[in-house]
Amino acid sequence: MSIENLVPQLGVVTAIRTDTPDIKTFRVNALGGGKVFEHKPGQCAMLSIPGVGEAMFSITSSPTEKDFMEFSIKKCGCLTSWLHQMDVGQEILIRGPYGNGFPVDTALKGQNLLFIAGGVGLAPLHSVINYVRANRADYGTVDIVYGSRSMEDLLDLDEIQNEWAKEEGINVHLTIDRAQDTWPGHVGFVPSYVKELGFDPDKNVLVCGPPIMIKFTLGSLTELGFVNTQIYTTMELRMKCGVGKCGRCNIGNKYVCKDGPVFRFDELGELPSEY
Amino acid sequence: MTRLTEAFDRISAAQKLYLPIEKAEQVNFDEYAPGANVRLDVTKTVKSAKDAFFPQCEDFAHFHMDGKSINVKPVAPESEPFTVFGVRACDARSFKGVLDLVFLSDPLDPYYAARREHGTLVVLACGNPEESCFCQTFGVNPAESADGDANAWIVGDTMYLKAVTEKGEKLLALLGDLLSDADDQPVEAEKARIHEEMAKLPLADLSVESLKDGAMMEEFNSPRWKDLSAACLGCGSCTFVCPTCQCYDIRDFNTGHGVQRYRCWDSCMYSDFTLMAHGSNRPTQLERFRQRFMHKLVYFPMNNDGVFSCVGCGRCVEKCPIHMNIVKVIKALGGKKHVD
Repeated sequence: MSIENLVPQLGVVTAIRTDTPDIKTFRVNALGGGKVFEHKPGQCAMLSIPGVGEAMFSITSSPTEKDFMEFSIKKCGCLTSWLHQMDVGQEILIRGPYGNGFPVDTALKGQNLLFIAGGVGLAPLHSVINYVRANRADYGTVDIVYGSRSMEDLLDLDEIQNEWAKEEGINVHLTIDRAQDTWPGHVGFVPSYVKELGFDPDKNVLVCGPPIMIKFTLGSLTELGFVNTQIYTTMELRMKCGVGKCGRCNIGNKYVCKDGPVFRFDELGELPSEY
Repeated sequence: MTRLTEAFDRISAAQKLYLPIEKAEQVNFDEYAPGANVRLDVTKTVKSAKDAFFPQCEDFAHFHMDGKSINVKPVAPESEPFTVFGVRACDARSFKGVLDLVFLSDPLDPYYAARREHGTLVVLACGNPEESCFCQTFGVNPAESADGDANAWIVGDTMYLKAVTEKGEKLLALLGDLLSDADDQPVEAEKARIHEEMAKLPLADLSVESLKDGAMMEEFNSPRWKDLSAACLGCGSCTFVCPTCQCYDIRDFNTGHGVQRYRCWDSCMYSDFTLMAHGSNRPTQLERFRQRFMHKLVYFPMNNDGVFSCVGCGRCVEKCPIHMNIVKVIKALGGKKHVD
């Protein structure tokens, strides 16, 4: 009878990277080095600071990263503001992993993949992308469409341009909402860019971003001939327990923390539209 | 019955004993100490007996921060035996039939599981069922429960006890010389009388037959939710007196000397229940009200072989300040009367 589902373990923040004006990436290790626990791409963890708060975050690093876990976190509430002002060496409470993750070893294996992300929505997909890169022979073509408000708001830009984009068989398509003098790339919203790029619907799609982006991207994909059984997303709802019991992330007969956070769009279609 | 106090004293000398006890003019399950005002005559405690296994508040861990370091002291689950005496059949069903399905399903809740393992439940038959009772709707038998460790009946000035499980037998063995062998007849007569009383209750014919197999799912977009929820104050009283409501919060309390991480009951009726930095997915009371009843009558049964997350205790019927309750929802959204 383990209490680790509810009582957190200790980790330590060993590196902090400022990615954008409001997103930082935190590296977390076990106190003696290494990872606090193993995870699958798309799974989440509960991070907390005593007396400040506890919240669920997607694990940004790939499970193939052997030495640490990373979390890309946008500053938008009490806990995230606290995390943004802490320094390296801070101990942190962590429990998990929670959720199902993306079906990288089953439904997605051997498939051509199209990743579509907006803003900090890249965080959960980052884990999958690097998992796919580490197991390149198991997957077909990889396309990545990523957009943000501005150049400065693009997360992991250095890794995307210098690693992902340079790898054979990976096509990266970046876009920003409004033109900037120093930005040579595409300008425009993600949904219209997806349509413009005119992808062949021979792919499985993994999409994550603001609800409005997801909604219009689904429209674009449908126009291109994709069907909802090919499209996966990962959901974000308020969570407390992480084990499908506290009731907070309940939608229909599903608990997003346990049955999700990854859902295929035909599965989402069967749920009440309360997310 | 004259030996009852002696029996309670003996149990409480060996282990913690919880009984319906009157304090400040309210009767609730509380720890017994000699001299307590035990009220086995009260059919419904204000709150359900839920606290016995799923307390309103319980600590998970204690933290101490020192610079960048955090000291974690986990709180171990219950490890001592205890007895809850005088629970009614509806509340007993809420454990065996509903909360066990939540907290003992994978991944198991270690705190609830430890209490279930160490707790002995004595179920008292309902000699005086009340107007708000409708446990029969959910197949609960208030005359003889199969959900506890022992059953008790009070007939005249005699209490009859019968063990159901090994734990129940152990408890009766502890009482040993205070008990004497009894004839079945008075208990059988009492059971028959209780069934007669139940048949006369105003909610005796309430049925959920027509809600089975998720039939109410179609009512998700029913315009009737608007009228049903219009007066709801969002006070959460229904969820706090409910034996089957299991939503909880996990919070930190800074004691000044450290931080207590605790779990406490929460309510899906509250506006901040699902609130996130970017807003709430249930922004109005209609959605929150609908969630509570859809969960009990549709979602929970979908995941648990058709078992409804209601045991018909009727506390919400009595306590809601605007007189809205699950009975009205069942009637409005498909529950119909038995047709003979």
